[in-house]
Amino acid sequence: MLVSELKPLEEVLGYLRAGERAFLLACGGCAEVCGTGGEEAILKLRPALEGADHPLTGTLVLPFLCNKALVGLRLARRRDQVEAADVVVVASCGVGVQTVAQVLDKPVYPAANTITMGGLQGVWPSEERCGRCGDCLLYYTGGICPHTVCPKGLLHGPCGGSQNGECELEPGRPCGWQRIYDRLEAIGRLDLLEQYRPPQDSQKGLDVPLSRRKAPFWALEYLEED
Amino acid sequence: MGLRERLANGEFVVTCEAAPPKGTEVGPALEEVRKLAPYVHAFNVTDLQSSVLRMSSWALCALIVREGFEPVVQLTCRDRNRLALQADLLGAWALGIENVLALTGDYPTLGDHPGARPVFDLDSVQLIAAIQALNSGRDLAGNELTGSTGFFVGAVVNPGVEPLAPHLLKMRLKVNMGAQFFQTQAVYDPERFMVFIAQAETLGRPILAGIIPLKSARMARFMNEHIAGISVPQEVIREMERAKTKEDRRKRSVEICARIIREVKPYCQGIHLMPMGWEDLVPDILELAGITP
Ligand code: SF4
Ligand code: SF4
Repeated sequence: MLVSELKPLEEVLGYLRAGERAFLLACGGCAEVCGTGGEEAILKLRPALEGADHPLTGTLVLPFLCNKALVGLRLARRRDQVEAADVVVVASCGVGVQTVAQVLDKPVYPAANTITMGGLQGVWPSEERCGRCGDCLLYYTGGICPHTVCPKGLLHGPCGGSQNGECELEPGRPCGWQRIYDRLEAIGRLDLLEQYRPPQDSQKGLDVPLSRRKAPFWALEYLEED
Repeated sequence: MGLRERLANGEFVVTCEAAPPKGTEVGPALEEVRKLAPYVHAFNVTDLQSSVLRMSSWALCALIVREGFEPVVQLTCRDRNRLALQADLLGAWALGIENVLALTGDYPTLGDHPGARPVFDLDSVQLIAAIQALNSGRDLAGNELTGSTGFFVGAVVNPGVEPLAPHLLKMRLKVNMGAQFFQTQAVYDPERFMVFIAQAETLGRPILAGIIPLKSARMARFMNEHIAGISVPQEVIREMERAKTKEDRRKRSVEICARIIREVKPYCQGIHLMPMGWEDLVPDILELAGITP
């Protein structure tokens, strides 16, 4: 299970520019178990977004946002609502946010930080991976995780080894930072790369804080083990 | 006069790479430095270049300071977390090292300890920010230091990579965070270099063009294939091919380097030589390029 926690609401609201309209998507898989997805997340995020003058064009809970086929299919049914939105806010682990970013050509913003996983990369086998850094940066990187697409986990653009879109690590491996650059260019947000990101708190990704272990489903898991 | 003052005065500067020994014998490295010192303003000491284990950069730098010459300590993000990087910087300053070059660092699998754990706790932009913090008397966490550093901070850029745009954005971030000069990957195609300069010069930081003497046509082809951002033009490769003996190749290599230097000189503020074993060619290259120490 991927364990996540909601970002502070101000951080999420800070991603949206004045007046931008949002489509709100929440995961009903691990994220719901952690209290960061499902209806619970929508109940928290909806008033915050609407209160900050960001009308919602729609909301949706999907069982597993890491399942790309399902996400594509179900979002297609809500095409009008998604199209009407300027941005899509996703309450899920980093894998879910990246999956949504892969199927849409809109800015896709994370509402949660992924802390750790219980041995799985997303419940559904998927290409998108999350490094559980505990401080999700997908807003800045166009919905592509810099910790997993770049072997060096760089946060400010490609290293000097990036050439013709390939990584210095091995031939044929795409340079993650070229991908991020191309994606930001496509969604018109290259300005995000001009911002400095201070070093992250490495402790956040190392263990699950006790407070999160109290989420009911997590606690249940522990009870069963005893 | 130090590197910082020379660049501020608009002097055309020459820096040269020096590699620490693979072991403890520092004699030969220092002997090279002594020989080249009359021609070179500062020595860049590499930091486990290509992820191959060698003596620490700061250690050879300290010995160079003791000899009365000026080093630039190269520092990569590959092997040390934010604590160790800052600790080494404080130590380097205390040992009299005044210039630092901040780099990302190659991935460990490229070197001779491929199983080493890659660190990259900071990236090169954050490393520059950390040096700036130490310069201002505080560490990266904001704690006050007893005595600050006063580093002249350099960074690298690779003018030959395609596409260039993401690298230019990163270069700007480096400037914003405190990079005061740049050294580049080797230049073989002056025209391409000028395209880069046209976009980079607005950043207003001195740029030293990288120069690597070619040892053979094979080396040129190898670099074209394996080193990001290096593209030796076909004519240059043919020039090297025509040289049959080692003496010929050395002569040709000197001519090619001198020609590149003369062509890029009006567009940059200095050159950064990486002789890779052919240190003895440096005086000839500079003389032929018309650069007098
Ligand atoms: S930035 Fe990457 S590693 Fe960090 S939470 Fe987001 S997806 Fe996961
Ligand atoms: S080439 Fe690209 S993906 Fe590879 S380490 Fe450098 S920045 Fe990261």
